[in-house]
Amino acid sequence: MNDSYGLDRIADPWGERTPYSCGDEWPQRVDEFLGEGVRSSDVDRWVQSASLLHSNGDAMDIAVADGRIVGVRGRALDRVNRGRLDPKDIYGWQSNASPDRLTQPLIRHNGRLAPVNWDTAMARIVDRSRELLAEHGPSSIGFYTSGQLFCEDYYTLTTLARAGIGTDHLDGNTRLCTATAAEALKETFGCDGQPASYSDVDYADTIALFGHNVAETQPVLWMRMLDRLAGREPPRLLVVDPRRTPVAERATVHLAPRPGTNLALMNALLHHLIETGSIDNAYIAEHTVGFDELSKQVAGCSAEWAADVCRVNADDIRRAGELLASAERLLCTVLQGFYQSHQATAAAVQVNNLALVRGMLGRPGCGVLQMNGQPTAENTRECGANGDLPGFRNWENDRHIAQLAELWNVDPLQIPHYGPPTHAMQIFRYAEQGSLKMLWISGTNPAVSLPELSRVRSILGQDDVFVVAQDIFPTETTELADVVLPAATWGEKTGTFTNADRTVHLSEKAIEPPGQARPDLDIFIDYARRMDFRDKDGAPLIRWKDAESAFSAWQRCSAGRPCDYSGLTYEKLRGSSGIQWPCTETSPHGTERLYTKGDFRAAPDDCESYGRDLATGASVEETEYRALNPDGKAIIKAAQYLPPHEDASDEFPYQLITGRTIYQFHTRTKTGRAPQLNNAAPDVWVELSNEDAGALGAREGDLLDVTSPRGTIRGRLRVSNLRPGTVFVPFHYGYWDTTGAAPPDDEPGRAANEATITDWDPVSKQPLFKTSAVRLSVVTEAQQ
Amino acid sequence: MNGIDYALRRIHSGEKSIVTELLRIAERHHVDHEVHYVARDLAEWSREHVRRLADQGARYDLKLDAEADEPRASTERLRATVSTVTGRRPEPGIQLLEDLAHLYLQASDNSLAWEMLAQIAQARHEKDLLSLTAQCHPQNLRQIRWANTMIKTQTPQALSSL
Repeated sequence: MNDSYGLDRIADPWGERTPYSCGDEWPQRVDEFLGEGVRSSDVDRWVQSASLLHSNGDAMDIAVADGRIVGVRGRALDRVNRGRLDPKDIYGWQSNASPDRLTQPLIRHNGRLAPVNWDTAMARIVDRSRELLAEHGPSSIGFYTSGQLFCEDYYTLTTLARAGIGTDHLDGNTRLCTATAAEALKETFGCDGQPASYSDVDYADTIALFGHNVAETQPVLWMRMLDRLAGREPPRLLVVDPRRTPVAERATVHLAPRPGTNLALMNALLHHLIETGSIDNAYIAEHTVGFDELSKQVAGCSAEWAADVCRVNADDIRRAGELLASAERLLCTVLQGFYQSHQATAAAVQVNNLALVRGMLGRPGCGVLQMNGQPTAENTRECGANGDLPGFRNWENDRHIAQLAELWNVDPLQIPHYGPPTHAMQIFRYAEQGSLKMLWISGTNPAVSLPELSRVRSILGQDDVFVVAQDIFPTETTELADVVLPAATWGEKTGTFTNADRTVHLSEKAIEPPGQARPDLDIFIDYARRMDFRDKDGAPLIRWKDAESAFSAWQRCSAGRPCDYSGLTYEKLRGSSGIQWPCTETSPHGTERLYTKGDFRAAPDDCESYGRDLATGASVEETEYRALNPDGKAIIKAAQYLPPHEDASDEFPYQLITGRTIYQFHTRTKTGRAPQLNNAAPDVWVELSNEDAGALGAREGDLLDVTSPRGTIRGRLRVSNLRPGTVFVPFHYGYWDTTGAAPPDDEPGRAANEATITDWDPVSKQPLFKTSAVRLSVVTEAQQ
Repeated sequence: MNGIDYALRRIHSGEKSIVTELLRIAERHHVDHEVHYVARDLAEWSREHVRRLADQGARYDLKLDAEADEPRASTERLRATVSTVTGRRPEPGIQLLEDLAHLYLQASDNSLAWEMLAQIAQARHEKDLLSLTAQCHPQNLRQIRWANTMIKTQTPQALSSL
């Protein structure tokens, strides 16, 4: 076990190696960290939980002494991390005790937020809701939630929004992090649900990472890969990323395409596989439809063609193709480099196609991990708080609607299903337009995280949009709200959440929340009670009262669907490793891999979606889907490369991409209040290649302005190894620790999203944070 | 005039005007970002159709424009400004529905025109024309489906907020 006093996960984020060989069990390594001056003997209790600061689901115990959190320790027996913790896990907990926490409800009065009691705050929200329902109907009310609440919270929110209010406007900030993962899975497999498992890292001989800087987004998963690389029979890595990331440093082949050209590259890789006959014809014939279409689409996509579009070397594309062609156990992973880029879904779907045409699915070491960014994004998706219906149900399938209506005991018409649930960018558009008059934001900070911030601030600042913000800290968003509700967070409330490989963890309450802060679940239940939402027999719509009874309600909703939780209980999760859904009577220990026998959930009566046109986002009609895929096979969907909507030009010659650092999470509301993490990355920076810095006459540390047609970001230059013509700016920084809600008038900002474009993938509706054109100028030189 | 000339002229004129129409919609609904960007992508498809139809036309001694007309630059700018200014009132929702409905009808008319071209090409054994329709008509159908999907998605909010 590590001595917490010697542990420095800032300088050495991934810690020491525990090498292992192909097919062996990943060795344990227990990381522990206690706050300054705390000894193990001081700890009163260790309380079971998992990390809420990324999507990896690192299981940990929370150390409690004198009613305060004093440290953390990785859970050795957990399948996800085998005891390891990453820098955010180790230091992030300190923010719980920050004096900045919101501890009282606030209401805007004469332009200023003033403290009130819960009754007053809730009454204000209920009055406004009732007024709007009477005057403008349910579509005047919308909810924008998070990827950081718990499963029980989302299911309750979904129930009250869809069956209580009856609005179609409920989405999560998961729209920014995981919408494309969900959509790509739906397009290919008919239904959401992560096919592979983290344990596939133990077996793979080739790992292909597409736009996935795993070293910084999921450091513990990277530790697993590093340990494989340090053992016998190490896997080969293919890395697609415009930056020379720590992952790219270890790659057998690293491709750095121009931002906005991922699909062209994918089509060339598929072209290579088909041309060289490196495909599994038997698997394709037995388990898929649509291969001929793909074959036709990529016929002209030679390595030379893609080299010209992506500006990478054609030989490198062929080498990458060879890696994929020669893999015996191929694991593919995908993240924001694809999801937040032009033609996001189309490109992510081609990764699924790689696995399908090579027949690399459902066996140890083979599969696809369409990742996500946030810790509980899976639950947002499963529970239907992300622009889908609960239990991966299909809004166009009347039988699915009937199931929900029966479960909630409401008329099917009460549940909006006249269109796809409204996505976040459209919700904000309706607010801008004035047709949405109340927006309840929970656990997220759109005033920093959405694109084109001047627009977002003006929408949230409109007088005729009533904004409720439920959060744990004052943020740029709460600054613009009409009512602010103080919430409890990780360690202060009980519930479950599910990581990117379907592993469900229980997170128990360790300490009391500060002041009057309340668990999100309690707030939603309280609202439903005050609104007096009833089912069609007059009984309360929401019949559960606490986390465990909310979990039971969700289990009933999930039963029979792919994300089946019916075999799980709090008791079963307590003390054990996390368990992967589906977990049922017949699979009581959970399910490691989906689709092991090509048993997809794509049959027309079962699937979550009939799919969309990958270029336009137009819906595929049910009749068309039935004709295309009557037997519920995997669907190989092809797509043609289209140039990005905003490309570099004479006026804006660089391409801006935004992303994260290992030390910070989202808009830093938590990590910015953990001293070690904050000191490791305290301020925004602008990353440029050596070549571009030279051409600009700029040196490390110079202050630069990055200007797009939307706005300007100002930050210090870091010269790094990324592809020339590309600028990288981390997206974590905003104004809560500088000027409040926004940059001072007409001054450049600190938030990357001052400059980003409002444009989204028409299929997944995920905003494109990685294709904005910008120009650069040196403001002041660094002091020598 | 023979039948092939007629069918070529008809679809050429239809594709040409839908380019202009899509670009007009893109500018008018500048702040409905998905409409704005996808409409421009769809206009590219039709622009390519116009070019290829002009090429084919030349084989039949038909002089067909290879380029579609752009909406006039000054009007485009004015539309974008109007769109930004009026973007905060719910009524533009109706304007969007009407524009999409018009687009749907126009694209449907084009679909029939592609059908006519395909039929006469079959009857006359014109393989090049047949292959042209096989490549372009599906994209035309995708334009129709897009308009339909957008109408379906946008209608509930646009109309219930009146």
